[in-house]
This record gives sequence, structure tokens and C-alpha cells, in this order.
Amino acid sequence: MACDTPAKYSMKLTSAMAHSRALETKKPIIVNESQDTLASLNLREIWAGRELLCFLTWRDVKVRYKQTAMGAAWAIIQPVFMMLTFAVFFGLLIGVPTDGLPFMLFFYCGLMPWTFFAGAVSAGSASLIGSSNLITKVYFPRVIVPVAAVGALLVDMLITLAILLGLGIYYRIPLTWNMAMLPVLILMTIVLAFEFGVWLSALTVKYRDIRHALPFVLQLWMFLTPIVYPLSVVPEKWRWLMYLNPLTGIVEGIRSVFTAQHFNWTAIAFTVVVMLMMLFWSIQTFRRIEKSFADLV
Amino acid sequence: MELVVKVQNISKRYQIGGLDAGYRTFRETFAQSLARPIRRLRGARQEAGETIWALKDVEFVVPKGEILGLIGHNGAGKSTLLKILSRITTPTTGRTEVYGRIGSLLEVGTGFHPDLTGRENVYMNGTILGIRRAEIARRFDEIVAFSEIEKFIDTPVKWYSSGMYLRLAFSVAVHLDAEVLVMDEVLSVGDVGFQQKCLDKMHDIRNQGRTILFVSHSMSAVTRLCQRVILLDKGQMIADGPSNQVVNAYLGENWNVTAEKQWSESHEQPGNSIVKLLKVRACTKAGVTTESISIREPIGIELTYEVRQPGHVLTPKVELINEEGFNVFATHDVDERWRRESRLPARYVSTVWIPGNFLSGGNLRINASVMSHYPATFTHVDAPGVAAFQVLDVGDERTARGDYRGPMPGAVRPLLNWDTEVCLPADESAVHEEELTIS
Repeated sequence: MACDTPAKYSMKLTSAMAHSRALETKKPIIVNESQDTLASLNLREIWAGRELLCFLTWRDVKVRYKQTAMGAAWAIIQPVFMMLTFAVFFGLLIGVPTDGLPFMLFFYCGLMPWTFFAGAVSAGSASLIGSSNLITKVYFPRVIVPVAAVGALLVDMLITLAILLGLGIYYRIPLTWNMAMLPVLILMTIVLAFEFGVWLSALTVKYRDIRHALPFVLQLWMFLTPIVYPLSVVPEKWRWLMYLNPLTGIVEGIRSVFTAQHFNWTAIAFTVVVMLMMLFWSIQTFRRIEKSFADLV
Repeated sequence: MELVVKVQNISKRYQIGGLDAGYRTFRETFAQSLARPIRRLRGARQEAGETIWALKDVEFVVPKGEILGLIGHNGAGKSTLLKILSRITTPTTGRTEVYGRIGSLLEVGTGFHPDLTGRENVYMNGTILGIRRAEIARRFDEIVAFSEIEKFIDTPVKWYSSGMYLRLAFSVAVHLDAEVLVMDEVLSVGDVGFQQKCLDKMHDIRNQGRTILFVSHSMSAVTRLCQRVILLDKGQMIADGPSNQVVNAYLGENWNVTAEKQWSESHEQPGNSIVKLLKVRACTKAGVTTESISIREPIGIELTYEVRQPGHVLTPKVELINEEGFNVFATHDVDERWRRESRLPARYVSTVWIPGNFLSGGNLRINASVMSHYPATFTHVDAPGVAAFQVLDVGDERTARGDYRGPMPGAVRPLLNWDTEVCLPADESAVHEEELTIS
């Protein structure tokens, strides 16, 4: 800054030198160029955009609850009614084995993380296109958009989590050390939701088909996740295929929290690996497509 | 001179049509990846699709505290340039540097949500534009006062009138504290009073030593606000200089009309089976066709037309349109000799004389027509904007300017008579008399 230089030095500078000095030392310098020198997921920039992130998240939450008559009730209705439906058909009528858990709790252990994850993936996927008016008019770290979209669903997730705990109390599940894994598993679900949300947000900008494919893929994915059935019904030799699905470890893990049985560490390890790979892959994909967002949306 | 914006050799290419155009679908991607090896086998070059250069080799610098105007036709690349400067999109080649924070106002009310209240939207919009929350809180009252909608600040903006909405949005925008402001047509919002307020605010911003880059289609706003203007055409910089010069160059090129227009072929001549227009021209008192005329001199607009059927009462008519698209006046022949008189088939030349010291300086387009006003009104010939001329503001003291050299508003600038009388007795103090004479 100019005031850092003692006056006697600045007196000596010719105007041309003063000019170049001003260019070199004045901050901040914002550069935009064709070469990929800007780290697109610049953490400092994202930190600077934290208020925007909070506002966008807050806006999403507020608008969602303001627009609907029942507000927060919708967060509960979806997983709870799914749970009741599953409990009646798959539990009472078909008699799916439940690893010793009450029907309702068994299905809800799967539905709770799944509802959040599926919602987050859909919201993330639609987020950038839905914010095209922002993206084409203002610059800010683009990753804020899908992060805020997924973040806004955390409120819903906390409500459904409270119901899970309520069910645990209702069914008088004894407190065990397994309970300590619940926060870890929830955290993993959240991380996965953010990764897939960010990844798909960028891909959807590039490939518009994803919008049409996603509902179908998510439906399929739900049945490939042990939600309406326990993993134990899958033959041993095919289980590794199930493990490739990161949600298998989470759903089975949450059930183990309530059954107090041993955790399926293999499944959880797979989830962690997928989680780490997706962290890299989602950031990579996002950065690759990010620069052309404004030209594409 | 301290520079705040440096634009170095910026080019931006967009792909239109072709396989690489914008977003794709899976089908296209698959089709493309299947077709590529086949095409390569055939030895065909890979199809790039059609590309356009939205910007080509644009280079300039902006010193601190300047209001720089960017003008040009639609698609000239003005908005693309602003988008690159504000980092919304990246250039294909080249580099921009901005020293300081940059605030982009490419749209008024970005991120406004209809379901949120005015207050909430001020915070939301401010945050999107990069104002810190604490800063918005500190200046909240100022922002609301500027927008003049204090009473409705806690009402959801979906109940606002469009004027209120824009006023609130613009108020947030002008309170941006960035060193460089980038604006795209944002002044075209709101009523005249509010626009004036915004222009004043922009002058304030400049006086604070901040820099504004300003895109507009309103030449009057550009000449009023900017000292320097850059003219873009098809992505290239055509001119860079003092606003009056560049704006005039743009308007001349923009209109692409001359002081004389003649139609030689019968089927080209505007008109109907009763009357055809053959020629329109602007001329001096001496009868010479002229592109430009001193503000002091009279100018004639001459219409040559051919009457082909007898028995019609015909009236030639002229309208003058100024640079802002404003109709300065319309005039038609009310001469008793031709009024209500049927014309015989012949060629006629009608000239209307506009006196000197009547028109304002600038470019004027001529709308020529031939009408019937008797017994009923009917338009036979309508030839809008067929010719144009320029009125040169010579800055002579024998004009309405007198000794004044500043900008003069108004669509016309007549030299009018003023009467000033001394109403105090001569023996009253000399000071009073002097004051009155001056005023």
C-alpha cells in the first residue's frame, strides 16, 4: 500500500515508476485469463464467500418453508409415510427379515439417510441451472451454489434424525457403545451428499440429460441399497457388489447402532474409500467444467 | 495516472451450431465419440462447428476515477467484455487485471427473491454483490432512504410495483463500495426523477475516485456521464476517444443514411398508384445538398414526387427524428394555393424551410410522407428515416448559446427574444441596477 513507503522514496519516483509500483503493490489484484492459473476451488475465495453461502442456504430454507402451508412438516412426512408403507407391505405382508429390529425402525434406519441423500443429490444437480441468473450476472465461487443447495437440506435431515432417535426411545433400544458410531455415520452421509451434489451440479450443466435420468437412477439406486431388505439376504459372494454402493455401509451401520450387533466394517471401509475418491473426483469434475458455466447455463 | 483496469489482448470465441455448441446431451456425446474415429479414418478434419468471435484483440487501460462508456450495436461484444472483466466468464485468449475490488451490476436486482421481504432482499442482494453483512447493516438506512420505499421494506417484494422493485435493487447496487463498478444498461430503469438521482450518484462515485465502466444504448446518458468512450463493433474496438467524437462517429455509421435519397426504379419508389416519392434531400439556402449545416443557417428539406392520378388533394409532410429517437416536430404543407386543390398528374418539388437558430445540435433523420388531409386523412407515401443531416453546434455567440459553452438540453434550440426591464427608479442604489441588468 502507498502509505507503507516512506515519503522520501516516493518523492524520488518518476511518474512512470510510481505507476508501475502502484500496479505491483496495490491489492487485491483480480486477474482473469484464459490459462488455468486460477485455482478454481480457491479455499480463500470460498472463505470470503462464506456469508453468501450462509445467505443462499438461509434463503433456500426460508423460501421452502414460507411457500408451503405445512412448512417443516414435509421434512417428516416423506420418510415417515414411506416407513409406514414399507412396514405394512414389506414387513407385515411379505415378511422381510429385519435382523431382529422392529419393522418401523428397520425401514426407517434406511430411509432416514436415503431421503436426505437422494434429496441432496437432486437439489445439488438442479442447483446451478436453477441459479443461472446469478451465474451469468455475478462472480462468486460457483461451488457455493450446490453446497448451499445441499446445505439447506441439513435442516430437514436434523428433523428426520430426531425422529430416528425418537423411534429408538419408543422401542426401548438399550444404550450401547455402538451408539457412538451414529454421529460418524451421519457425518459420512452428509459428506457423501455434498460430494455427489457438487459433482452432479457441474455435470448437469454440461449434460442436460441428467435432469431426466436422475429420478430414475435414484429410484433404482434406492432398491440397490439395502433399505427394504437386510444385506444378509444377499448371497455372500455377491455382497462386494453391494459394497460398491457407499450407502450400503451407512444403512447397515445405522442398523447395527440399534441392534448392538457387530458393525459390518468391510461395508463401512468401502464407504470411506468411495467417499475419499468422490472427494477428489467431484472437485476435479467441478473445476473442469466450472470455467464454462456462464457460457453453458 | 494510476491505472485500475488493464485489458490485454482479450478475445472470446463462442461456438454456435456444430457439435460443440454449449451443453450437450449424452446422445450427442456418444454419437460424437463414435463418429470421431470413423471420421479420422476417412481422413476428414474434425468438425469444429461454426464459431464467432464475440471479442477480438481488445486492449485498453482505464485510469482511476474515470467513467468509461462502452457503446456499439447489439452483439458488438460490450456485455461479453463486462462479463470477462467481472470474471463471470473467462476469455479465450488474453488477460484482464483489475486493481481493487470489482462490483458488477450487469442486472438490477440479481438474486432478488419474490417471497422475501424488501429488508431480506437488501441483505441477500448486497451479499451477492459482495458487500459484507456488517457493511449492509451499517448502511441499511441510507440504502432504504435512497430507494424511497421505507414504508414497504418489510413487505415481500412480490407485492411491489416494478418501479419500487427496481428502485430498491438499484439502491443496493449504488451503495457497493468496490473500487471499480461495471454497469450494463442499469440506468434504463425507473422513472425520470430516479434516473437523475442515479446519474448524480454516479458522479458522486467518480468524485470519490472510483472507476465506472458503463455500457449503454442511450447516447445522451453516455455523453453526459463519460469523458471517454470505446466503440465496439463485431467484437473489435473501432474507436477509443472523447465521448462526443466517438458517439458522433457511431451515430454516423449507425444510421448509414445520407443527405440525399433518390429512387430511380419505379418499383422502388415509395408510394401507391396515386403518388410516388422520387427523391428526398436536405439542402442549403443556395439549393446545394448538404450533410451538415451550421446551427445558425436555415435548411431546406426537399421532397420530389410524381402524381400519377388526377383528382386528389395531396399534402407533403416531413418529420425530424433526433438521436434519442425523439420526434422533434412534424410539419406539412398548409399553403393556401395547394390546400384543398386537386393536383394534376405531374412531377412536384416541395421544400420546407427550417429557419436557422431553431434546431438543436446533433443528427436528425428525415421521415418523408405524402398524405391526403381532405376530404379524409390518408397516407399515400411513407418513407421513414430515408435521409439525414447534421446540425453543427458552432458555438457562435450569434446563436441561442450566447457566451455559454456548456451542454444545452432540449430537442430544439430556438433563438428567442428576451425582454428585461428595469423596474426600480434610476436614483436607487447602483448595486441593485447592476444585479438586474445581469439577470
